[in-house]
Amino acid sequence: MAADQSPARGSVRAPGAPDSMTAPETTVAETASPKAPAPRPGRSRASRRVRNAPYAFLLPAITLFALFFALPIGYALYLSLRKVEVKGLGLGSGARTEVWAGLSNYTDALSDSELLSSALRVLGYGAIVVPCMLGLALLLALMLDAERTRLSGFSRLAIFLPYAVPGVIAALMWGFLYLPDVSPFFYLLDKWGLPQPNLLDGGPLYIALANIALWGGTGFNMIVIYTSLRSIPAEIYEAARLDGASQLQIALRIKIPIVAPSLVLTFFFSIIATLQVFSEPTTLKPLTNSLSTTWSPLMKVYQDAFVKNDIYSAAATSVVIAAITLVLSFGFLKTVGSRSNQGESQ
Amino acid sequence: MHFTTRRRLVATSLTIALGATTLAACGSGSDKAEAEGPVSLTYWAWAPGMDKVADLWNATEGKKDRITVTVKKQASGDDLVTKIITAAKAKQAPDLVQAEYQALPTLVSNDVLADIAAETKDAKSAFAPGVWQQTTLGTDAVYAIPQDSGPMMFYYRQDLFKKYKLTVPTTWDEFAATARALKKADPAKALTTFSSNDSGLFAGLAQQAGAQWWTTEGEKWKVGIDDAATTKVADFWGSLVKDGSIDNQPMYTPAWNKALNTGKQLAWVSAVWAPGTLTTAAPDTKGKWAMAPLPQWNKGEQKTGSWGGSSTAVTNDSPHKKAAAKFAAWLNTDSEALTALVKESGIYPAATAAQTSGAMSTAPEFFSNQPDFYTTAAEIAKGTAPSAWGPNVNVAYTTFRDSFSQAAKDKSDFGAALTDMQQATVADLKKQGFGVIG
Repeated sequence: MAADQSPARGSVRAPGAPDSMTAPETTVAETASPKAPAPRPGRSRASRRVRNAPYAFLLPAITLFALFFALPIGYALYLSLRKVEVKGLGLGSGARTEVWAGLSNYTDALSDSELLSSALRVLGYGAIVVPCMLGLALLLALMLDAERTRLSGFSRLAIFLPYAVPGVIAALMWGFLYLPDVSPFFYLLDKWGLPQPNLLDGGPLYIALANIALWGGTGFNMIVIYTSLRSIPAEIYEAARLDGASQLQIALRIKIPIVAPSLVLTFFFSIIATLQVFSEPTTLKPLTNSLSTTWSPLMKVYQDAFVKNDIYSAAATSVVIAAITLVLSFGFLKTVGSRSNQGESQ
Repeated sequence: MHFTTRRRLVATSLTIALGATTLAACGSGSDKAEAEGPVSLTYWAWAPGMDKVADLWNATEGKKDRITVTVKKQASGDDLVTKIITAAKAKQAPDLVQAEYQALPTLVSNDVLADIAAETKDAKSAFAPGVWQQTTLGTDAVYAIPQDSGPMMFYYRQDLFKKYKLTVPTTWDEFAATARALKKADPAKALTTFSSNDSGLFAGLAQQAGAQWWTTEGEKWKVGIDDAATTKVADFWGSLVKDGSIDNQPMYTPAWNKALNTGKQLAWVSAVWAPGTLTTAAPDTKGKWAMAPLPQWNKGEQKTGSWGGSSTAVTNDSPHKKAAAKFAAWLNTDSEALTALVKESGIYPAATAAQTSGAMSTAPEFFSNQPDFYTTAAEIAKGTAPSAWGPNVNVAYTTFRDSFSQAAKDKSDFGAALTDMQQATVADLKKQGFGVIG
């Protein structure tokens, strides 16, 4: 989504640049024209060349954008409007034909109760992951930023490191820890006679999945927040301390309001990551009866495309998911933006 | 099929189609070129060591006919089916593919497989009719040559059966009684588990009971997933799960491996390839297992189902169909090739003669305590019930996984889960436009 914005911003800037470049050219040419009418055609050719120059510079970017971004999206849109029709037994050649489906793939996707319940499951999962992850990331960043913290370099790396572990590996590792028969934690619980929760079923399953995301994602978000904490000028703290502010007050009244934009950014990233959750539940699926093949919306897309071999409904569902992601994330950005504008005007 | 655990790894790691672009190798082939050679063929397979078997062909038979076969290890199972169909859409499917029996109708329905009836007339006699029938889909065409099969059997811990004074069940009623007797003797143990993560097991058990899931009547498909035979099987396992006589956790998990390795589970309803799986899942129990025929529904019967097994098929995209069919026939009927397949890939050959040949004379190492393992297996394989596959097995299998895992978890009615499976399968056929009865 962040990638979406940069080309847009770039294209706004681009037309501005050539204008300023062509302006002196034309004035020079016009002042010269009454004395020497002969080079007129040459002049216009030159100016055309100059006017075309920005497009030449943009060409590589536009080509890449069209080839690897616009074209695949366009193809997915095209596929989402198609379907395969089979005749009779459907055996042998010519039994299958690809035909226009109109919007039927979309109506199927939108009226699919399984897709809706997978979306609800993911919302439940997100309700655990996003607040916990951001809260933890903020807390850890503030702790690392506190003056008395020792070994902050090491701690920072230690907290960030899980982010470098691929999601599939993290899920496999945690999966082993969740299985009562092979987990060392359950061994200890058993030894101490404590109750052994079933982490791969019902409500605890959401916590188990959220824990994997927390473990992997907190470090990244912490770094984003921490970086913006480090950019706060020291004078502000000095002033606050002279006014008698405690460390806690500094954190609550100064640090958090100043890093609010990074919190918004990390929230934005986390929402998108939540909607796209796929590898953790897919990796844990074989370990439990409680994770269906369509647990999350993307798992349903994968199932349609690669198991049922129905790329058409998979394409339609992907478009629906992309549209919802866009609406949700940009809706959020807009709300936050308008609120902060109001704050400024007041 | 005993590569299921491997398959899962492959599925997670192989997300990008590797081969599609490299396969345009033999573009300008024609019948004329076929007669003159040299011909090079590409073969997508997942069986381990298949490249070594192909090397044997390249060095002997293939050298004579100037036909070279290159094996490409691609995905397996469902993933491979999707991959082959995608490659075929781009007209770049390999010449030969390894395909599970239940995937053949899907592949034929997508017009991927060539009819090789003319080239394989001699091969037919090498196979049991029930096995061969799976490759013809009940038509006059032949879409593949059987490679391996997976007749189902009952595996149990000999030592623990003795310890708990259990007898090996010969009927499913005795099986249930054994499970309950064990629970009584030691509540921490379970005879086995009902796992919903490999639909092939349930399909095999239903076959044994006489189920025919997909049949054709004229130009229409008839889906019989909720027929009397399958309902009987579902209810049987459902009642065992419900009263806690057996476990309800999935197979192929670290926990399952541990349960087998430590004797927490005493038996496994599996197929002829089980020794390979047990070797990796329960290494400490070597020599403590024994194999017996599957329990029967009626005393004195000798029926079994199949779980797994695959075939070699030639694609429509191949410019050298004749050469490809020749290799496929050699691979699965020639005694030297079959010996190599048994040795390198560890398969259980589908060809009848090979099941009792020299290569199968010694029992698997894990079952060294049962020297007549393969003789017994060949005897059991004779009673393999025919299977009936349709063009959307993948949909039925996926629904099985989801509905039955839910039912197993909740210990609820398996019959309702079976109805789900039937309805989803019929609805999918109708949605695609197939002619369907009911």
